[in-house]
Amino acid sequence: METIKLTIDNKEIDVPRGTTIYKAARELGIDIPTLCYMELHDMNIENKPAGCRICVAEVSGRRTLAPTCATKCEPGMVVKTHTPRVLNARRTVMEFILSNHPKDCLVCSKSGTCELQDMAHRLGIKDIPGAEYAAVSTFRMDTSPSIIRNLDKCIMCRRCEMMCNDVQTVGAISAVNRGFMATVAPAFEQNLEHSTCTYCGQCVSVCPTGALTEVNHVPQVLRALVDPTKTVVVQTAPAVRAALGEEFGLAPGTLVTGKMTAALRTLGFDYVFDTDFAADLTIMEEGTELLDRLSKYLKGDKTAKIPILTSCCPGWVNFFEEYFPDLKDVPSTAKSPQQMFGAIAKTYFADKIGVNRKDMVVVSIMPCLAKKYECQRDEFSVDGNPDVDFSISTRELASFIKQANIDIKNLHDEEFDSPLGESTGAGVIFGNTGGVIEAACRTAYELYTGKKLERIEFTELRGMEGVRSATLDFDGLPLNIGIAHGLGNARKLLNDVRSGKSQFHAIEVMACPGGCIGGGGQPLHHGNSEIIKARAAAIYTEDRKKPLRKSHENPFIIKLYDEFLGKPGSEKAHHLLHTHYFDKKKKIMIKK
Amino acid sequence: MSHIKIELRKEDVDFIKGVCSTFNNDPQELINVLHTCQEHFGYLPAEVQEVVSDGLNMPVAKIYGVVTFYSFFTMTPKGKHPISICLGTACYVRGAEKVLDEFKKELAIQVGESTPDNKFSLSTLRCVGACGLAPVVLVGDKTYGRVAPDDVKNILKEYV
Ligand code: SF4
Ligand code: SF4
Ligand code: SF4
Ligand code: FES
Ligand code: FES
Repeated sequence: METIKLTIDNKEIDVPRGTTIYKAARELGIDIPTLCYMELHDMNIENKPAGCRICVAEVSGRRTLAPTCATKCEPGMVVKTHTPRVLNARRTVMEFILSNHPKDCLVCSKSGTCELQDMAHRLGIKDIPGAEYAAVSTFRMDTSPSIIRNLDKCIMCRRCEMMCNDVQTVGAISAVNRGFMATVAPAFEQNLEHSTCTYCGQCVSVCPTGALTEVNHVPQVLRALVDPTKTVVVQTAPAVRAALGEEFGLAPGTLVTGKMTAALRTLGFDYVFDTDFAADLTIMEEGTELLDRLSKYLKGDKTAKIPILTSCCPGWVNFFEEYFPDLKDVPSTAKSPQQMFGAIAKTYFADKIGVNRKDMVVVSIMPCLAKKYECQRDEFSVDGNPDVDFSISTRELASFIKQANIDIKNLHDEEFDSPLGESTGAGVIFGNTGGVIEAACRTAYELYTGKKLERIEFTELRGMEGVRSATLDFDGLPLNIGIAHGLGNARKLLNDVRSGKSQFHAIEVMACPGGCIGGGGQPLHHGNSEIIKARAAAIYTEDRKKPLRKSHENPFIIKLYDEFLGKPGSEKAHHLLHTHYFDKKKKIMIKK
Repeated sequence: MSHIKIELRKEDVDFIKGVCSTFNNDPQELINVLHTCQEHFGYLPAEVQEVVSDGLNMPVAKIYGVVTFYSFFTMTPKGKHPISICLGTACYVRGAEKVLDEFKKELAIQVGESTPDNKFSLSTLRCVGACGLAPVVLVGDKTYGRVAPDDVKNILKEYV
């Protein structure tokens, strides 16, 4: 590749042609501040609207300052990143942004993790001339089941728009209006709830300010915990243990499974269980459904829907209900692990401990904002009593732990309670893209071939590429597997299914880039994809540490079927563990 | 999750779909499609944008974004007598804004709105090429030159 030489702050560097000044400077250890710019390198995600102009520098031969995040290096260029002119320009940009920004940092839900706050601090902004006169509040608040939009805090970086449109291809939100009324909003500035939003939360996970945040359910959970009439059961999703530590200053990728369990017990949960148990259960149901459809299909049964699509991601479910309702018979009918857990907790387990379901509160800790919406869906409740009462994010749990004065880093590791806390490595890897289908294949292989799986890790299913595929050898039967993470990638595979071109037997879809480890409820990555990769590695480490790594070998799953469900796919299993999907596509109504 | 109720007549839907297909259902042609629709309907209500979204296969949020970005698109119906005040440089320096304020006061509406009886609507324009007559006001097809705030009442009287 052609390289070019340039000078930045008196240091020379060679970079490939096409490199931006910002990236070249980073190579030199010069950290030019950026605000609107954001990159998740390993996922091919980049936001580069060159809108905020915080990143400007002086460039030889140019009269005006250049936004370095969007300006390419040229041979012989001389760049200066901290001249008085540059520093002044940065300050002016900040003054402009802050002039109509609310100043309620103390009580803002993003306080402490806000990139705008950090930037003001970093640039040494101590006062904003005339700020006290500025009128700020112009937008109404919008609360949906998962997400709160407070657009007075929007700085128009347009990261959310890029996520929703380019990465997710949902297009629920877009830049609207101009001037001071410019913001990012759904069509007609209606509420998110009335848009095509899937609640994937990816807009929230990239918003640098308090404009987009999650609905906070910690107060409700706290109330349940102090209510003596309630038995409060908690389940923790696989991806949480690989990220929670970040909120307490631990290095990304630090597993905190045992400390998290201890913290939850300290918070007062009566039973600390694991969604991984329900993930194992999902594999039993989904795996059985896969083998069932597959054997029908191989016998030439045209009604057998192949490929089968995974259904454990509620953001993805919302997506296909809106955009591919014609294919709603294709995904597995298995509920998500969150909902399977709730259904079993409020039947099997409630009976076991002699508690009425109305007196049991099931809380889930999730890396996900779509789960907040999911647990409120009508079909997941019995006589108005939801299977899962509250879903709180990894971030909310971290805040809850801090509020409760728990020094999590110094807690001793504890184990999950039995029986709904017992799981295999297959349940853990649900947190990563490719993990659900790998877990399914570990079980399906043994059930289909009747042989022992020698190589447990299907490494060919792993990685960060947006769309991946692999062919597994099921004892002579070549099984074609497709994987997509990010809804835009899912759309590509779905279009092939719709047109009959798909060659896959099974497809795994996760709405969030990276899978649940990159979920909308996780600690903020601030555009550093190394963090997401470290979480992925931690998940695989946890899997390797488990004595059992195949769902069908989980003795408590076996017992659950023996004592309660019968066998996978039984009528009772169907009633409790499966669901159906709805056509939610907007209809154009025509006046007669 | 979408609960917008669209109630257009079938021929309206066909018209919009027709416009989209004239432009090859190409999202790049959005501005042209919207222009043609606005010429036909006089404005671009949400329902029309929804059908355009369907026709061009692009998110309606994006379409709304474009409609709200360009001042020549409007989501409110034009009155029977649309009033446009030129705010080009020549008209502006000769006091067009005061004239505009007078229209707002007399009609009790803002720019982009119509009177409740739908008789008048108010909009602003960039230079209409009649700078010699500045400030310039258009009511429907009729042009008024050298308009002063005091003239506003008389102009409106012509239409009652
Ligand atoms: S968004 Fe950030 S800068 Fe704005 S009020 Fe909240 S913490 Fe402060
Ligand atoms: S939650 Fe997902 S679908 Fe909804 S607006 Fe945000 S990015 Fe778009
Ligand atoms: S809502 Fe947040 S992410 Fe979206 S443009 Fe505003 S500040 Fe940026
Ligand atoms: S960070 Fe470069 S313009 Fe915003
Ligand atoms: S500025 Fe009004 S006609 Fe030219």
